[in-house]
Amino acid sequence: MKAAYQTPPSCADHNDMSFEQCFQYILSGVTNGSIYAIVAIGFNIIYNTTGIINFAQGEFLMLGGMTAVSFASIMPLPLAIILSVAVVSIVGVLIDMIFIRRMKKPSILNMIIVTIGLSIMIREVALHVWDEKVRSLPYFTGNEVTSINILGAYISPQVLWVLGVCGVIVLFLGLFFKFTLTGRSMRACAANITAARLCGINTRNMVTISFMLSAAIGALAGCVISPITQTQYDSGAPLAIKGFTVAILGGLGNSTGAVVGGIVIGLLEAFSISVMPLAYKDAIAIAVLLVILFVRPRGLLGKREEAGLKEF
Amino acid sequence: MSLKKFFAIFACLTFLIVSLSCKKQEEKTLKIGAIFSVTGGASFLGAPELKTAQMLVDEINSKGGLNGVKLELIAKDSSGSPEKAISFAKQLIEENKVFAIIGPSTSGETMKIKSICEDAKTILISCAAAEAIVNPVAKYVFKTPQKDSYAAMKIFEVMKKKGITRIGVVASNDGFGLAGKGQLEKIAPLYGVKILIGEVYDKKSTDLTGVLTKLKARKVQAVVNWSIVPAQSIVAKNMRQLNMKEPLFQSHGFGNIKYVKEAGKAAEGIIFPCGRLLIADSLPDNNPQKKVLMKYKKDYESKYGEEASTFGGHAYDAVIILAEAVKKAGTDREKAREAIESINGLAGTGGVFNFSDQDHNGLDLDSFAMLTVKNGKFVQYEDK
Amino acid sequence: MAAKKYMPFVGLIASMVIIQIAASALHREYYLTQLTMSAYYVLVILGLTVLMGYAGQISLGHAAFFAMGGYTTAVLTTYDLGAAGSPFAKLAVDMGLSTVSTNAYGVRIEHLSPWVALAVAIALTAGVALLIGIPILKLKGHYLAMATLGFGIIVYRIVLGSRVFGEADGISDLPPFHIIGNLTVSGKPGLRIQNYYIAAFLVLAGIVLLSNLVDSRVGRALRSIHGSEEAANTMGVDTARCKLMVFVLSAVFACIAGVFLTHFNGGIGPSEAEVMKSVSYVAIVAVGGMANLWGALVMGFVLNYLSLRGYFGSFDELVFGGILIVIMLFFPDGLLRAENFTLKGIRENIERITRSSSVAYRKVIGTAKKKE
Repeated sequence: MKAAYQTPPSCADHNDMSFEQCFQYILSGVTNGSIYAIVAIGFNIIYNTTGIINFAQGEFLMLGGMTAVSFASIMPLPLAIILSVAVVSIVGVLIDMIFIRRMKKPSILNMIIVTIGLSIMIREVALHVWDEKVRSLPYFTGNEVTSINILGAYISPQVLWVLGVCGVIVLFLGLFFKFTLTGRSMRACAANITAARLCGINTRNMVTISFMLSAAIGALAGCVISPITQTQYDSGAPLAIKGFTVAILGGLGNSTGAVVGGIVIGLLEAFSISVMPLAYKDAIAIAVLLVILFVRPRGLLGKREEAGLKEF
Repeated sequence: MSLKKFFAIFACLTFLIVSLSCKKQEEKTLKIGAIFSVTGGASFLGAPELKTAQMLVDEINSKGGLNGVKLELIAKDSSGSPEKAISFAKQLIEENKVFAIIGPSTSGETMKIKSICEDAKTILISCAAAEAIVNPVAKYVFKTPQKDSYAAMKIFEVMKKKGITRIGVVASNDGFGLAGKGQLEKIAPLYGVKILIGEVYDKKSTDLTGVLTKLKARKVQAVVNWSIVPAQSIVAKNMRQLNMKEPLFQSHGFGNIKYVKEAGKAAEGIIFPCGRLLIADSLPDNNPQKKVLMKYKKDYESKYGEEASTFGGHAYDAVIILAEAVKKAGTDREKAREAIESINGLAGTGGVFNFSDQDHNGLDLDSFAMLTVKNGKFVQYEDK
Repeated sequence: MAAKKYMPFVGLIASMVIIQIAASALHREYYLTQLTMSAYYVLVILGLTVLMGYAGQISLGHAAFFAMGGYTTAVLTTYDLGAAGSPFAKLAVDMGLSTVSTNAYGVRIEHLSPWVALAVAIALTAGVALLIGIPILKLKGHYLAMATLGFGIIVYRIVLGSRVFGEADGISDLPPFHIIGNLTVSGKPGLRIQNYYIAAFLVLAGIVLLSNLVDSRVGRALRSIHGSEEAANTMGVDTARCKLMVFVLSAVFACIAGVFLTHFNGGIGPSEAEVMKSVSYVAIVAVGGMANLWGALVMGFVLNYLSLRGYFGSFDELVFGGILIVIMLFFPDGLLRAENFTLKGIRENIERITRSSSVAYRKVIGTAKKKE
């Protein structure tokens, strides 16, 4: 990345921002951005196969973190994480089987309302199962005070885990969709669901698998960020909103776009602190969302025909 | 839609509403209303407050009640939203005809029902901290939490001793954080401290490295964070991860050992003002609050299996103040109100209460002790 | 024929009067407080029903318009003109735009008249709705939903973050709103019955207006847009203008409700602009049957009343979330349709639900068995 080795002009004129400070912001931006990207990819997977935007996506991250914390008190950390990913995947499958399959008249309005309802239900159930307290997983390596120095910027080792896990997820999904039969079947559904059915692909199962996959990557992401951001019963909703913004920014359904969009939003938020009060940081993502929707709804990398709405 | 169907539906509804609203005859009890934010954004306040209030009321009733009359606690969950607080306040006052109302948990809600309670001549003992609740004084409205300005003063006292003159302040965007930040800005010059950067963040923020990097670059000598969970632990952890060695001061919102556990090793050395509940065991035996604090801690922890926090203590104080007033003056509202104003030397969890007709909070600077975290436990702060 | 059309309105008036007389007779007048508050929320919901049900445009940010109305009047009527000393303040006083009231602490304050605040609030809300509506209504489906959600969140952040709006604590101690003579919108217990009728009158006026709109040419144009926008365009319906008009109208309904309820409550907080509030409005519209004004009215009263009385306790959000899901899965055409209440209708519904449940059950068991 060019910016890391040449001090960009903008860095130099604001309050004499040093290179270290600039790099610190970049790291922070990329970290948050990769989490948003994972949420956006979760949206994309379900959207591609079904045309539904799953407003409950953020809740998968929250559930992942919460279940992992509960498991971690009775078993070693890696096992707890694997188990929580499994449990949340099952939740994703159940959501599809119990709610989505039952939809008799799946108009866009109905689907939006159902997933919003699901998001609220999951949140409230989590509140009553786990209560309102904040919890977090232990750090994967190191603890709350370890700090690694990279080119003058200091980060917690957990940040490297976040970047690593997100990178692996993106890589895995890329390979999955390109080389496995299931992955290719899902892409077929995304392209044209009727044609896929005619080819003998069981589209109903593809839908279920897409929910399972979204839930799994959401849970994993939720576990890896839990030590640094802490998990609470309502930590799902803000992530979901930022995730939508990133998904739309990158082009709905486009995973490379999600990654690019995530990094853009992450960096925007991180650098915003040097030019405006911190209080408005969260409004940036929303403002970007509105601008994109008004000006170019297909996003940065979306193609025009993909911006049309898909059939369920 | 024909008339018959319409009337059928409306008749059902009216019947439903009226029947759900009817109440059976109750025995004679002294009704106390409570409005707490048990769910929602202020649940860390409302949940322990409700538990504490219920525990105390049960205890008083098991001892035969006040002046032989049992108490009945009618509690409502306002989820932190003012319109619900208003609706419940009116309900409690007009339908349930409560003698007094305890709560609400947040300042925003309290301000909305202040005039309602005052007009209805119902005693309101709020568990929220804003100065505006008792200033200007309304005859029937009191509050139990300590003044934010005292917390700020305590922090600056320590800073002065340490020779700190340039600080950075970060606060959350809820009523508590903003009120604290306002007090810090007002009082800093009196202690010769300059606030180089003051920033407000969203209370649900999960990453504060951005603003802390800014503070680090400005070379502040200390950081003051005025917020509640989860930001408190996040600030502590972020500071250590950024390799910032400056001392971190927190507000009295840090009053629960869980937050220390959340922040782990990063909590070592945090300095903050707090009520003495958290160091109750290390108080000297002749401290007027020790007995009350130890009892509250023991009862709460054995009943609910979680650590007692200073927030629940605000509800505790509200109930014992009411109990004291009723014991002295019976259930006449005007007399009970005057009885509260005449309370002197009542030891509660927040401090020792001394009310007057001008002072409806009753606590002074000494109600705060300065605490710090050592080896994962709260200890009294000693300046060396 | 004409008489039959007016029956529901007469029924509504009759019910409202009966409830009030019953409440007074049973010495339970305090129920009127929650009914009054619910009535104002029903006003918002009615506007939203026409937008969502008839025009088919989802709005996940309607609470923002309510908040705009409420906060505008809150800011304008608590602004002390006397203390300000600015020339603008003097101008307002000279133009007779101000009134004097005594606040809770016995101090007489000169402030802008609530009528002025109402006018400003409507102008502001309509203006913003117009401005926002033009780009937003070009979107469809998910994009529309998210744009409205984003708009709602921005308004929420603005009121939460600005000192002038009281930040997290909101604004309190609003003066009463004198309508005519002795009629006043205010929360004082003695004025309860008055306020109940003021709210009921507004709801009645609202539903009369909207019923007429729905049955008029504009209403038919809206329904054609909901059916198929392209077809409507081909038939010569100016879809963009229709949609915009309904959007602005529903925003103004919400704004008026906001102004009156804020004066009744005596204050407003940022929770009125929250996403959850917008979602609960949508839930009630859905439960009432998307395009069913009367259904929305009835469910609006019932659900808001129960919620404000604390019947759902700590499970408030769970109830609304559950309602959303149940309605969308089992009653996508709405719960309160006349057909659902006939014996035949009830039988059909039960059959449908159990059939799809058993199908789903068999599917789950079937796939489980297959894996073995």
